[in-house]
Amino acid sequence: MSDTPADVIGFYANQLGVDEAAAESVLDSALGRGGSFAELYFEHKRSGSLSFEDQQVKSTQASLSQGVGIRVVEGDAIGYAYTEDLSLDAMRRAAATAAQIAHGTSDSDPVDVTAESYPADRYAIASPSTSTPLADKVELLRRADDAARAWNSSITRVDASMVDEEKRVLIVRSDGRLVADYQPLLRFNVSCLSELDGERRNARWGGGGRMGMAYFDEHSPESLAEEAARQAVLQQEAREAPAGTFPVVLAAGDSGILLHEAVGHGLEADFNRKETSNYSNRIGQPVASDLVTVIDDATLNLSRGSVNIDDEGEVAGHNLLIENGQLAAYMQDRISSDHFGVAPSGNGRRQSFRHAPMPRMTNTYMTAGEDEPEDLIRRVDFGIYCKAFSGGQVNITNGDFVFSVTEGYLIESGQVTAPIRDVNLIGNGPDVLSKVTGVGHDLEMSDGRWTCGKSGQSVPVGVGIPTVLVSGITVGGTQMQPGAGMS
Amino acid sequence: MANQALSTEPLEIAARLLEMAEAAGVDQADAVAASSTNASTTVRKQQIEKVSESTSRSVGLRVILDGRQATVSTSDISDTALAETVQTALELARVSEPDPFAGLADPREQARNVPQMGLFDEQIPEVDGDHRLAQAMSCELSALDADERIVNSGGATFSTNVSSFALVDSNGFAGTYADTGASMWVEVMAQEEDGQLRNAGWSTSERSLHRLDSPEDVGREAAARTLRQLGATKASTCEVPVVWEPRMASGLAGIVAGAANGEALYRRATFLANREQTDVASPLLTIVDDSTMSNRLGSRPFDGEGVVTRRNALIQQGVFQGFLFDSYNARRLDASSTGSAWRSVGGLPQIGSGNLAIESGDTPPEQIIAEVEDGLYLTTLMGFGINYTTGDFSRGAAGIWIRNGELAEPVQEINVSANLLEMFQRVDAVGSDAQWFGASSAPTVRMSRMTVSGV
Repeated sequence: MSDTPADVIGFYANQLGVDEAAAESVLDSALGRGGSFAELYFEHKRSGSLSFEDQQVKSTQASLSQGVGIRVVEGDAIGYAYTEDLSLDAMRRAAATAAQIAHGTSDSDPVDVTAESYPADRYAIASPSTSTPLADKVELLRRADDAARAWNSSITRVDASMVDEEKRVLIVRSDGRLVADYQPLLRFNVSCLSELDGERRNARWGGGGRMGMAYFDEHSPESLAEEAARQAVLQQEAREAPAGTFPVVLAAGDSGILLHEAVGHGLEADFNRKETSNYSNRIGQPVASDLVTVIDDATLNLSRGSVNIDDEGEVAGHNLLIENGQLAAYMQDRISSDHFGVAPSGNGRRQSFRHAPMPRMTNTYMTAGEDEPEDLIRRVDFGIYCKAFSGGQVNITNGDFVFSVTEGYLIESGQVTAPIRDVNLIGNGPDVLSKVTGVGHDLEMSDGRWTCGKSGQSVPVGVGIPTVLVSGITVGGTQMQPGAGMS
Repeated sequence: MANQALSTEPLEIAARLLEMAEAAGVDQADAVAASSTNASTTVRKQQIEKVSESTSRSVGLRVILDGRQATVSTSDISDTALAETVQTALELARVSEPDPFAGLADPREQARNVPQMGLFDEQIPEVDGDHRLAQAMSCELSALDADERIVNSGGATFSTNVSSFALVDSNGFAGTYADTGASMWVEVMAQEEDGQLRNAGWSTSERSLHRLDSPEDVGREAAARTLRQLGATKASTCEVPVVWEPRMASGLAGIVAGAANGEALYRRATFLANREQTDVASPLLTIVDDSTMSNRLGSRPFDGEGVVTRRNALIQQGVFQGFLFDSYNARRLDASSTGSAWRSVGGLPQIGSGNLAIESGDTPPEQIIAEVEDGLYLTTLMGFGINYTTGDFSRGAAGIWIRNGELAEPVQEINVSANLLEMFQRVDAVGSDAQWFGASSAPTVRMSRMTVSGV
């Protein structure tokens, strides 16, 4: 079984000597120069990885990372320090470093913390993969390898890996709040190379979540491997992608990466507090077609982006961002929610104890519409249909965003036809979302394979979307189309 | 004194861990330890936003038992934790499978001494918070004051770090070195008449303080780059020459190094496979990986396996010279290590590059632009649209349109694409203006044709 919050609190007290009294003492040091708020983020993370290539185990890895990140807030400014040494002396030294953001003397009463309970039920799992015998995991990798090779004779290389972690988090704040969480995370990856007549094509696939070995009850290693193999083989017959601006149909699921880039980052409240986002000061205004409703939801059961509490100790929730095209709310962390005078939305996240928290997405998706997915394709005379992606990026100030398609097809006269080679798509957030002209009834969440980067920090996230028709996005292929503009 | 303590401590920790592993009966092992002190100050709109300072330390062990290897790392360096690390490594190795190529580097290729490479600036450990604050403030101020259309800021950061790395192995290698770094970064926003913001940033990053660009220059460059994007529109779809400004061109060297990775060759996941000693680029193009340059961020005396670092030509006048190797992939492909192993505390050695430079040509950059009747001057790339297996390149972009040999109006929300082999062959001018950006250097580079996607 995974740990309950009480188990995690007991673990810190009994195994690491970090109890309420120690935390209170460190918090007192953190406020020693009069900061207005202080927070301790303790993290104990065990992670493992197993990689399989050339039909055998190539390497096994394990790591233990533990420490505390100490943040002192004074106005809009923060002081931050961390230490891997959890002795009281070392923690108080780090606290004194973080305290230097303030310039007065302590005027507050000693901190008195109390463990607070909340329902920690979003990924309470029976069998964490971190306690599964390695031989069982090796067997899963071997099955994936066998399945990919059996799927098509052109598959000449398979690289498979499994990475997992269990994180015990304890957050203690100067307002007296003490909360803990146990956060499992699993990811299974397969990469396949297809070689045919000297032409090489590759593809990757994978999945996971805040899950244990039960993940494989629903997702066999064979199905993940066959999907990677199918995409690699498909690329053998791919044509050059077109160049220009065309209608695009996004398949349900992974295409949610469009939302993540087109609006997700722009609605993180730090950028809006600083008015550097192209969505700043637009609450209540139309920012998308009225077919578009977008939600960030940390509560999805077992999802890669879900959290019980955020990394500032707030219960994370279900937050409506865009309702029928109107901007409803930003994703908040502590500093921004103070700035806007709203409740924290539970989006304060961080990569590790070495990093200060900031507003981040959890699982971000568009709600289902009413269109038949096939009808959306039939409405396109010439365009592309996108199914799988390798990543994306956004400039939150001017709103330009990109995402890279690794499985895409031409749509000709309402039919999905030839596969196309890897291609990048570029659009501008509000412009592209205003061009959403059809939304399917088939909302699907991506399997757990996405990691989001911001300001040098990576966190696991989920994305989701129903089948969506966008009337125009710029497609960065190499094939000039007849009649396309020539300068 | 602080410097000396930092340079010896990781070596002691690594040696202690290796000794425990040897006592437990491993065939071969190596241990790596790293420590670093990082400090940074961020200001925004001339107010302090964030001050941070921490010292971090961790240690990792690789063991090889009958060809079965495992790696384990920990940030807890107590004797109990180190003993547990050894036990875990042995358990993991037993469930691994024998790999005849697994092993340490050839001792004959390892460094016997650690040459002075100017990697440590004695001034950096002395830099205090007041200095970081003052530098960040003047950097941002010079950007904010550059023009009244600059209305907002993403902030300015000045940071310093002092690091030390140690590697010991069971063949008797023991090496350590310390290095420093300093960097400064700023981003500002300018406003269009309709209220829409344009942004750009600029940065400087070096091993030593005296080589950093001045805060004022960094701020002015960020402002100039922001202002020149005002009024940007979307270009039309077309095939035109593309001129890569030096900072963009420096990324091309990184792409070549990524494709010249010996592990990618083993996996047949690179478009450079089977192209050694063939023309893969225009004869104007020479690209070098060099870890031995004095005072550069990509320099180090020995690599992640203790192998002596060196200068590796990647492309010499258009001819691909060969792949970069660590010792493992070199053994698998009957090649030699090129001193290109990078070692993080938590994993196996990985192949990477040191300093990367596209060598200057002899064409003045003004002439490179002046010769273009209609084309794109590329100043921004977005996204990850590179397929190293096929060489397909398709990325988001912004820049300035070139009309009749002159930089005309700014363009954005466009895409540039081609196959990398075509792109390198189509290089038809290389500038005389190479500049360094951290560990990469490049001049202005022109390609005769790429596809630009827009309206």
